Amino acid sequence: MLTYMLRRLAWSAATLLVMSLLVFAGVYAIGNPVELLINPQADQAEIARATALLGLDRPLWEQYWMFFRGALGGDLGVSFAASVPAITLILERMPATLELALAAMLIAVGIGIPLGLLAGLRPHSWLARTIMTLSTLGFALPTFWVGLLLIMVFSVQLGWLPTTGRGATVDVFGIPLSIFTADGLRHLLLPATTLALFKLALLVRLTRAGTQDAMLQDYVRYARAKGLSECAVVRSHVMPNILIPIVTVAGLELGSLIAFAIVTETVFAWPGMGKLLIDSINVLDRPVIVAYLLATVSLFILINLLVDLLYAVLDPRVQAGDAR
Amino acid sequence: MRYPRTMKHYPLTKHLRLLCAALSLFAAGAGAGAAELRIGLSGEVTSLDPQYLAAQPNLTVARHVFESLTDVDPQTRLIPGLAERWRAIDATTWEFNLRRGVKFHDGSPLTADDVAFSLARPLSIKGSPGGFAAYVRAVASTTVVDANTLRVKTKYPYGALPEDLNSILIVSKKHAQNAGPEDFDSGRALVGTGPYKFLRYQRGDRLELTRNEQWWGKAPAWDKVTLRILPADPSRTAALLSGELDVIEHVPSADIKNINKNNKLHVTQTTSWRTILLHLDQYRAQPPGVSDLNGKPLSANPFMDLRVRRAMSKAINRQAIAERVMEGLALPAANVVSPGVFGYSALKTEAHDPEGAKRLLAEAGYPNGFRVTLAGPNNRYINDEQVLQTVAQLLTRIGIQTRVEAAPMSAFLGRVRKEEISFALLGWGSFAADLSLRSLVATPNADKGYGAWNWGRYNNPKVEKLMEQALGSVDRSKRETLARDASAMAMQDLAFIPLHHQVVSWAMRANLAYVPRTDEFTFAHHFTPR
Repeated sequence: MLTYMLRRLAWSAATLLVMSLLVFAGVYAIGNPVELLINPQADQAEIARATALLGLDRPLWEQYWMFFRGALGGDLGVSFAASVPAITLILERMPATLELALAAMLIAVGIGIPLGLLAGLRPHSWLARTIMTLSTLGFALPTFWVGLLLIMVFSVQLGWLPTTGRGATVDVFGIPLSIFTADGLRHLLLPATTLALFKLALLVRLTRAGTQDAMLQDYVRYARAKGLSECAVVRSHVMPNILIPIVTVAGLELGSLIAFAIVTETVFAWPGMGKLLIDSINVLDRPVIVAYLLATVSLFILINLLVDLLYAVLDPRVQAGDAR
Repeated sequence: MRYPRTMKHYPLTKHLRLLCAALSLFAAGAGAGAAELRIGLSGEVTSLDPQYLAAQPNLTVARHVFESLTDVDPQTRLIPGLAERWRAIDATTWEFNLRRGVKFHDGSPLTADDVAFSLARPLSIKGSPGGFAAYVRAVASTTVVDANTLRVKTKYPYGALPEDLNSILIVSKKHAQNAGPEDFDSGRALVGTGPYKFLRYQRGDRLELTRNEQWWGKAPAWDKVTLRILPADPSRTAALLSGELDVIEHVPSADIKNINKNNKLHVTQTTSWRTILLHLDQYRAQPPGVSDLNGKPLSANPFMDLRVRRAMSKAINRQAIAERVMEGLALPAANVVSPGVFGYSALKTEAHDPEGAKRLLAEAGYPNGFRVTLAGPNNRYINDEQVLQTVAQLLTRIGIQTRVEAAPMSAFLGRVRKEEISFALLGWGSFAADLSLRSLVATPNADKGYGAWNWGRYNNPKVEKLMEQALGSVDRSKRETLARDASAMAMQDLAFIPLHHQVVSWAMRANLAYVPRTDEFTFAHHFTPR
């Protein structure tokens, strides 16, 4: 177990290193952020002065080395645009994104798995057909469009929910969270639903396929022969067997929800990390872009690890060290 | 609903709002009867330090809290700000007389010391991508004559100093001298003289302000102002339609028609100072992207021939672009600056004349045309990519086969600076024609600060001389005449091809009024109930 963890750690560090190099070089190749940030009246001398102040006139390897030295000490650089440490900007926005991603995952799991089960148990009923048709829509509709549609219907036409932004927050252990206020929940509902839609459709399909497959297995037949009720069959024999692929996918999807909620955050002006990334890319704010991607890659690594550990819990045959 | 559309008409929702507010611990802010204005801004605010980054969104926010010596009216003409009056004592000395009785938000009086400090500060901010230093570049020294009088000595005769100083916001020396960016973002150092005081800031989301009851100007109508940051166009419109916002700036062109049909809302607009233009490479023998119809290099750079530039200008149907591509959000351009701006004169707009254009091309030795690549941004100006495509089609019709390369501003600008582009679209806004000419038309010269945005390296000593004389005149009427002549000469020679001046628009509730500003700024204190 220990060697396994160490090996994983080394791999993760290598991934982070390579990624930071790629992003660094990529942003460097696009151009000079000062030109984008600076006001048009600025002359050449002013552009050169600002470029030098930010250290952007030095060779790429030197800039990277400075970044690398700082990163080892936990300093990921200061945002060019905001003059605030990049990591502060990201941490400041992280609660909003985590909240949104978790709420979306909760919706997707809470609705997706039961619907998938229903569809899998009675595959030829009208209910199953309706569920499957709707799940196709979940795949097919672009997030941007769904978000706007929800805003138009529920906010503009009906006036039930706010269009954009995050609601009032309360500090929980120093972290500002909006899920504990009525206003916060009202603001969260539309973006979380938008974000959940695709994952929900995915989970419906996955659960249905797993259920249909499991229902044909011998152990289900024997369980029925033993005289167990249908409910007990599903609960103690079908569910545990179909959960492993679902947990894998849900885990990975949670990572992508957190890292790439960008479109949803933009449509709903949700002050999360995704919106920060877009804004930073637009002005080539390299410290923030690099720090953001490092943070999300770390997050993916962490989630993968947790998923592996969860396997061991769900399936006693799997030992954490073996899962790769 | 937390924000009813109008409080008067929905007594029930008002109670609901209070209930919601109580439930959600949304405790602070305006009382139930207080007048609040909620504005949707289109740009990302990066810092609250008014001298950190000279970008329009940052300045919009800063100008609610801070003020400058000189102000500009909605038509971009200079008016007194914190300086009641100013005059040039001699060719290189300006005297500014401060308005008396002006107080900072902390109650301390504004003095010439604060002003001198503010003029020196842009050069001392560490790690700032800034831009503000360009506005004090001409300043040699400042002298505090007395508490209300400041003299500014310039390095050379410089008539545009009052314009430049409009961009330098005056901070309180006491609060700003040891403050870092975080002190501004937290509001601690956000102490100005302006009509609004800092209340709360949520980075990337909103800034809340309260009225400064001590302000010297006419008291604004709103006790509380919320500036929401909503860069996504459809979201901004939706927030207005739902009644969550009272005003939005930069109304998406596609939504204007619908908003005008809605009797609870209206749109107000004016010609912006932003001129959209095409730069042409006029310095390389073989500009990249330019070739004959078979892709082989041409023997000479066609853009250096005035007849070719004229033919290209004639090929463009500016009226059609303004009406159809821009959906009315543009005015065909013939000059460097838009109508009303200092140094503007009504030049004749080039008529759409494809036959004449073809004749000129043939005269110049390109009877069958040639090939060019037109580059430009696709996320910066109103409908920028569609404009590029239309121009390309119009040029192709007279034989100049044009390929479009549209990219995000960041990537596009990178390629321009690497000199990979020879025909490019740019937008430009300025307070004065001579200032525009200095950046766009004067031969690039790093020592003088000329031509930083003259991508085609157009070079015309006559235009440059007139422009220098204009900038060097402290006599404003003389300066304006010179600036007019210089612009007319540059346009006669097609230093660049002007396309259109953008139209800027605001949408708001029917019971609000705003005098639309040529400089595109959105100021809460200029909105009035009607």
